Amino acid sequence: MCGIAGLIHRGRSSNVGAEMTAMLLALKHRGPDSTGFAVYGEPSEGDYIMRIKVAEQEEMAKGHGIEAQVEERIGAVEACLAEHGATVKAKEHATAYALRYIIGHDGDTEDMARRIEEIEGAEILSLGNALELIKDLGDATVVSEQYGLGVFQGTHAIGHTRMATESDVDIRSAHPYWAFPYNDVAIVHNGQITNYWTMRRVMERRGHRFLSDCDSELLAVYTADNLAGGVSLEESMRRSIGEIDGVFTYLVATRDQLGMAKDSMAAKPMVLYESEDLIALASEEVSIRAILPQEIDTTDPYDAEVRVWQV
Amino acid sequence: MAGLSHEERARDMGLTTEQLTGRTQQVFFEPEEAENFTYPWAPEVDFNKRTEVDADAMTTTEVNSKIRALMKEGHGSIVIRNPRGMHGLGVGILSRLNLIFEGSLGYFAVGLIDGPNVRISGRVGWSCAENMMAGTVLIEKNAGSTFGAAIRGGDLVCRGSVGSRTGIDMKGGTIIVGGDTGMLSGFMMQRGRMVVCGNAGKDLGDSMYDGTIYIGGEIKSLGVDAVPAELTDLDRAWLTRKLTLYGLLPEQGVDRFQKIVAGKQLWNYDNLEPLEKKLIL
Repeated sequence: MCGIAGLIHRGRSSNVGAEMTAMLLALKHRGPDSTGFAVYGEPSEGDYIMRIKVAEQEEMAKGHGIEAQVEERIGAVEACLAEHGATVKAKEHATAYALRYIIGHDGDTEDMARRIEEIEGAEILSLGNALELIKDLGDATVVSEQYGLGVFQGTHAIGHTRMATESDVDIRSAHPYWAFPYNDVAIVHNGQITNYWTMRRVMERRGHRFLSDCDSELLAVYTADNLAGGVSLEESMRRSIGEIDGVFTYLVATRDQLGMAKDSMAAKPMVLYESEDLIALASEEVSIRAILPQEIDTTDPYDAEVRVWQV
Repeated sequence: MAGLSHEERARDMGLTTEQLTGRTQQVFFEPEEAENFTYPWAPEVDFNKRTEVDADAMTTTEVNSKIRALMKEGHGSIVIRNPRGMHGLGVGILSRLNLIFEGSLGYFAVGLIDGPNVRISGRVGWSCAENMMAGTVLIEKNAGSTFGAAIRGGDLVCRGSVGSRTGIDMKGGTIIVGGDTGMLSGFMMQRGRMVVCGNAGKDLGDSMYDGTIYIGGEIKSLGVDAVPAELTDLDRAWLTRKLTLYGLLPEQGVDRFQKIVAGKQLWNYDNLEPLEKKLIL
């Protein structure tokens, strides 16, 4: 059991960091292992925002000279950026092992990202003009405070509280997943994918990379594969209903869209609120109530239902 | 024996393969039957003794404990304001009570109740009124999946639409939905009646053992062993009375309703004992 949530402010920015924190905190009982956010700010044309981690939280606690290794890895990441002609315009340490870079770059970001991820311990959490992907161990308040999300202004967001069932409790297996190499595409998932290994082998034969053993990562890779083939987000999500086995409800966010898909057994919950200027959806009503305390009308999407909203 | 058909083998062994076809297709009942919403031994309360509770800063446990404390003080009408979609509110109430929620509730709302009249002005999450035994529950807006799972009695009414697996394993009572219902509604239903004024999703009444489902709109597909049956005058009279009671009677009446019952053709409806099955198989 995990909790997922999504939020769109149409035509305006809002404090989506604090709002998603409240929504995910209300879902804490669905999964206390880790919390993740994919928040979308105003797109910065020409510059990229890169969120990266160079170690797991657990590694930091073990010692064994990890601090020195982390510094080495950060140096290697920055050297790789320079090699690819990227200029670091800003650099922030969110934690000792997680960094946020603003980089100027007009080359191939995919090749650069692949090279960076060859560095031991390095994992790009997100790369894009608008997306900032933050995930770590702990509940929504802990992660939000740690990464300063309380003041984040943006148009839309998705988030996840994780109850680890089929892979480790670590940042690598936490959601959201970035749909590498597609800038600004992120995914959160609640459920179990039963043809994970079969589909993973299919995707790996097509050249896609997996960084974890978490079945949810398949949805990110699957979406990236479809996008690479020129398939629209909505069509990709429709295809997933027939091609992905298991019980699932998942959300995908891009720079200007937010989509929801529910499996053909309708086994995983989703509650939806829609108005002219706000869309909020979550695994439970209580999460929507965290940002909309007034009386509202909500609905439950049915089996095999796919919805995609423009931001 | 090997060359014989299943039926021939059974007959030669002195067994019978009579199929209990259509046993429930004509059920006689009293359309004005008494509802028996509360048991005669349920404690008397003073419905005129009314109080209100603001749940805005309270936990589920605190709200439920407060309801019990107020009932002990003799309150027969309790209004809960600002329930904020909390889970598990109003559960396990086993006596007469008018309980009003002004707002929406989360999962497992008013489960395991036996007698109260509950009114919810908002919506409810999954598994509302699970295992309800008696009483009435009226929801003004929508409801989530597994609405009325395994209920045994009483009236459970949602004026809006409900999610999937409505009335799964229901063993009695009545579920009424003003809007649509999702897939697998009435799955493994054993007894009772379900009325949906709108449309039903796929696999309606799948593997139902007994009971009756009435659908006012379109049915996406019937489940295994769910079959249409004739809508009788008794059905019409009962539907008219019941839907009128909750203000859900369609303008055009109930003639368009389709009636779905168990075909009783599944393996568990043959009349062979397990040992006999083994011998044949």
